[in-house]
Amino acid sequence: METQIALILTILIPLFGAVLIAAAGSQPNLREAVTIGTSVLLFLQVLFLLEQSDGQAVAVLATPFPGLPLSLSTEPLGLLFATVASGLWIITSIYSIGYMRGNNEQHQTRFYVFFAISIAAAMGVALSANVFTLFVFYEVLTLSTYPLVTHKGTDEARQGGRVYLGILLATSFSFFLVALVWTWNAAGHLDFTAGGILKGKIDPAFLPLLVALYLFGIGKAALMPFHRWLPAAMVAPTPVSALLHAVAVVKAGVFSVLKITVYVFGIDFLRETGANRWMMWVAAATVILASLVALTKDNLKARLAYSTVSQLSYIVLGAMLVNSVAVVGAGMHIATHALGKITLFFCAGAIYVATHKTEISDMDGLGRSMPITYAAMLIGCLSIIGLPLTGGFWSKWYLMLGAASAEQWAMLAVFLISTLLNVAYLMVIPIRGFLFPPRSTPATSNAIREAPFPSVAALAVTAVGCIVVFFYAQPLYRLLTEMSTG
Amino acid sequence: MISTHFPVLQVALPLLAAPACVVFRQATVTWLLALSVSCISFLISISLLWQAYSTGEIRYELGGWAAPWGIEYKVDVVNAFVLVIVSGMSSVVLVYARESLRYELGIRRIHLAYTGWLLCLTGLLGITVTGDAFNVFVFLEISSLSSYLLISLGPDRRALTAAFQYLVMGTIGATFILIGVGLLYMMTGTLNMADLSERIPAVSHTTTVHAAFAFLALGIALKAAVFPLHYWLPNAYTYAPSAVTAFMAASATKVSIYLLLRFFFDIFSESFSLRTMRLNEILLIMGVVAIFSMSLVAIYQHNVKRMLAYSSVAQVGYMVLGIGLASPTGITAAILHLFNHALMKGALFMALGCMFYRIKSLELNDLAGIGRTMPWTTMAFVVGGLSLIGVPLTVGFVSKWYLILAALERDWWWLAVLVVASSLLAVVYIWRVVEAAYFKPAPNTEVNEAPLSLLIPTWLLIVANVYFGINAQLTIDFASVAAADLLGLR
Repeated sequence: METQIALILTILIPLFGAVLIAAAGSQPNLREAVTIGTSVLLFLQVLFLLEQSDGQAVAVLATPFPGLPLSLSTEPLGLLFATVASGLWIITSIYSIGYMRGNNEQHQTRFYVFFAISIAAAMGVALSANVFTLFVFYEVLTLSTYPLVTHKGTDEARQGGRVYLGILLATSFSFFLVALVWTWNAAGHLDFTAGGILKGKIDPAFLPLLVALYLFGIGKAALMPFHRWLPAAMVAPTPVSALLHAVAVVKAGVFSVLKITVYVFGIDFLRETGANRWMMWVAAATVILASLVALTKDNLKARLAYSTVSQLSYIVLGAMLVNSVAVVGAGMHIATHALGKITLFFCAGAIYVATHKTEISDMDGLGRSMPITYAAMLIGCLSIIGLPLTGGFWSKWYLMLGAASAEQWAMLAVFLISTLLNVAYLMVIPIRGFLFPPRSTPATSNAIREAPFPSVAALAVTAVGCIVVFFYAQPLYRLLTEMSTG
Repeated sequence: MISTHFPVLQVALPLLAAPACVVFRQATVTWLLALSVSCISFLISISLLWQAYSTGEIRYELGGWAAPWGIEYKVDVVNAFVLVIVSGMSSVVLVYARESLRYELGIRRIHLAYTGWLLCLTGLLGITVTGDAFNVFVFLEISSLSSYLLISLGPDRRALTAAFQYLVMGTIGATFILIGVGLLYMMTGTLNMADLSERIPAVSHTTTVHAAFAFLALGIALKAAVFPLHYWLPNAYTYAPSAVTAFMAASATKVSIYLLLRFFFDIFSESFSLRTMRLNEILLIMGVVAIFSMSLVAIYQHNVKRMLAYSSVAQVGYMVLGIGLASPTGITAAILHLFNHALMKGALFMALGCMFYRIKSLELNDLAGIGRTMPWTTMAFVVGGLSLIGVPLTVGFVSKWYLILAALERDWWWLAVLVVASSLLAVVYIWRVVEAAYFKPAPNTEVNEAPLSLLIPTWLLIVANVYFGINAQLTIDFASVAAADLLGLR
């Protein structure tokens, strides 16, 4: 019973926080205290759930349709995602204070309110006990992040918002919803079940179509050609890009892919029927193509966005390799990429607050005046590339191991090539920052200082986190093997 | 026991109260009278629905005359559910109407509005409750004539031409229905619906019955604004007073759809309507064309009220589609959407009425920045719009879910995909308003939030939109029982 209440509280805490934030809108300090308090409380709540490891508990929120409850459960992969998202929310909240005030952004109350609602939706996605619940919170997440993406209210923001909402709603309605009703019609229920629910319930000839409907329907996973919303969402303030478009929203997408692969299709069923083949190639193509596009982008946030598109497809690819090692790697990548990418976005935001620069070619020599930011940036880059001593190493290791044990040599090659591309488009940034001479005159470059303290502290914490995960990957691994072996 | 007379009270109460409005004339008194009668009708209809649901069909002989000679009122779950929708929406909108009508009509003509309203309510409830085919025509004329009056009361002078347009089209529709009923009487010698359904099979091969069916189908479709017979609707909805539009959008077309269901599945049988006359193919095609073409037209409207009027025609398309699928799930979807669409369109038109109350215009350009000046009204519009789109946790999603399910049960993939794809068109036209409201700078004139007397009933419907989206058990239950009743499965 305790666990059930705790599950429901993971949704209610951020929602209640949103109400309090709105109420405290006139006093910025109190408002930010509420945000941080809520995020800490939520994180503790998720940790509490993590401790209750004795079997899966299920809590029903409501029953909209007969036989289709909105319900939450404590499932390992979901708990991992919830831990990552809620933990990083604390750090992002601290970072936001520095960023939003440093930039004198408007409508800050609205910003924090919708941020809290988005987190509630992300928690719902993470802990959903059936595909229906996942879909509902997925849509809530899309809608509650729209005001954040369009926060600036400019024409550019409105345009970005259109692409964002258009692609995410179009894919989820046209594909995801149809796949959902199809699954329900075939299997008779939608509960996430170890080993899948579709075996023997559906004609294998149609299976590749259903897989495609799910994978393209989950537009948040940003498989090409439905990836355009992610770069478009970069018009948002950087904390939004950092937490939502490196962690909560995009990870909600790949998390859904992973969860549906494991618990709806079942990896054995997919392997036996070979229905994964097609989508494996789509994911592989996205990995390479998005990396190539990232090479051409000079705008830092745009480059990071395309890097995210590419990295998300690692996870989809891991799921589509359909063996337990690759699935563990994919699950790990959710956590390690989250840490690495949020660090990079924090750095991008810190540079913007300190210098108002957005293009990589303008950032020569900034490493000397912003050493902490650039050191964190270096660690983040190394983690995304997947070099040892950073967490990114482990996830890439298991993904490649998965490709090898599936004897998909082409996929192994894809991972290798993309690693090289990662080096090419990411390492440029710290190299230019540290080694290139500053463009501007010494007088102006002396004026450049680190961003406000909360922002720098936040990015330092996540950078250290990247390294810590390398040494303490064991709990992560254990949690995920629990899932992949059922 | 008074409760045995409940069916006739549905009609008698508003019919008696209507002339009383003309006598009293005073705005508040007439409003109170209309509101209390409407609320009593609502309570009665809930009790009727409960009776019909738990104990089965209720029959009532008007004036004690037995069925073939006298008029019989017959209440089953299908029409009791529609009674609840009509009287419930009338009550909520009437709360709202007091302030809104006073603003749009001026104090002098306001008793006419309440008289017309009560007569219209009489007609709509009468069509629904009666078990006599000719009686349907009588009540249809009562509701039509009073709605011409209501529309012509609109604040813009174009309301007069809109009302005239509707008068012409409505009369054609009513005449067709009369001809159809007449032909059926000629062939079977009865006007009682239950008797009709027994006697029609014996003569169903005759051309006369085929012709009767065609006249009825066309006449009712005209009143229900089924594409392409929707010509009258956009103007009527655009120029009628806001409260009247909300009431009509939530009830009038719904009653006609009910009539369609009653005639197709109950009086004529399912096999005759759908197989012999092949109506389902026509309905499917018209439904799909309606949804897409009318949503596209809605996207290009400059007046938001007109935009929603076209959207209403598109939404009727969803109901027609559900009927055309002709399975228990399909009919359930259609009946569910009757209820759900009443909730969402009622709420949306009421939100528009709030905006009109403050800025005296509903042109898209004039709504610039309204999200900041009237935050609660705009928020209501956005939630209502999301419901119209069919976002989860709103009633629109429930309807859509059942329509997709019905299509998939038949293995009609293309139809399921079309249904969901069409909701994206709704995203486009709703989002045009959202962008105008939140992204464009507000003009410098001082605009306040709408008064609470308008906001509270609007939000009541918005909350209902969400409540019945999260807990749809009740509505699904009624709709599926109603569908089983219509198809004779219960």
